Amino acid sequence: MEGDIANMGQFLGAGLAGVGTGLAALGVGNVAGNYLAGALRNPSAAASQTATLFIGLAFAEALGIFSFLIALLLMFAV
Amino acid sequence: MATETAYDGAEETGGLVFHPLDQFIVKPLFGDGPVHWYTPTNVTLWLAIAVLCIAALFIWGTRSRSTIPGRGQSIAELMYGFTHKMVEDITGKEGLKYFPYIMTLFMFILFANYLGLIPMSFSTTSHIAATAVLGFGVFFAVTILGFVLNGPSFLKLFWMSEAPLFLRPIIAVIEIISYFVRPVSHSVRLAGNITAGHAVIKVFAAFAALAAVSPLSVLAITAIYGLEILVCGIQAYVFTILTCVYLKDALHPAH
Repeated sequence: MEGDIANMGQFLGAGLAGVGTGLAALGVGNVAGNYLAGALRNPSAAASQTATLFIGLAFAEALGIFSFLIALLLMFAV
Repeated sequence: MATETAYDGAEETGGLVFHPLDQFIVKPLFGDGPVHWYTPTNVTLWLAIAVLCIAALFIWGTRSRSTIPGRGQSIAELMYGFTHKMVEDITGKEGLKYFPYIMTLFMFILFANYLGLIPMSFSTTSHIAATAVLGFGVFFAVTILGFVLNGPSFLKLFWMSEAPLFLRPIIAVIEIISYFVRPVSHSVRLAGNITAGHAVIKVFAAFAALAAVSPLSVLAITAIYGLEILVCGIQAYVFTILTCVYLKDALHPAH
């Protein structure tokens, strides 16, 4: 075995940060699913809400990107 | 973010060669010298190409100014109309004064994203340095604009007048924190999305070296490339639309 306990901590932390990406996927799916459910009930109002949909997707996705960033920082910057 | 340390190992061990982040290394165009702020690098080259492409579409493409537009002019007019409508829908009529800035941001990010998808090119928007300049530029512009237009009443943005009185200080603290996180999330979102997408393509490209899984990996690269074309457009759109939302806060700070 090579490496030391600090490297193991880095790899474990980066892997755990990957969990955050999966949780962000839940959030993004929730936003898109609820938008679709609403749009099917009232299709005439759907087109006017696409901007809101993308803003919601962006906010949900940003937190997943943050966890990806933490993984990158642990792997290459620490 | 990938440094020189990413090079060692791998080749000697005889395993799969994974360097998914090596594509983002900034190199000088001529020679191997150190990178100063004035050194022409692959980043500056592709930034310049993005600007030239935009100029080609919007100046050279629309040079005839015909009533019935040709192909280039149609594309330019569609993009202009799309952005104009987006700014008007979100910020209202008074936001149209700042339309040139938002149009510039949208076109630059869109072209930089799509030029990064060309194989062997360099995706400039994957660097946090490039997107942070754009993100903090929007943040400072919007904050200064808010204080110039509204004076001290711009601070009403943090004071929720419809919340119960005892909750308002707590909400104000949360609002102030979220206001100052805005430029960080604004720039990290764009850079993170582009970095992640390109790194995933590179990881599957490394799998293509194994004969057993190479057909599967080529299929996966094709599929992810299609997804990336979508993501590049959406991220440019999201960056622009969030700029419009922040601008709306500066124009109408009261909730």
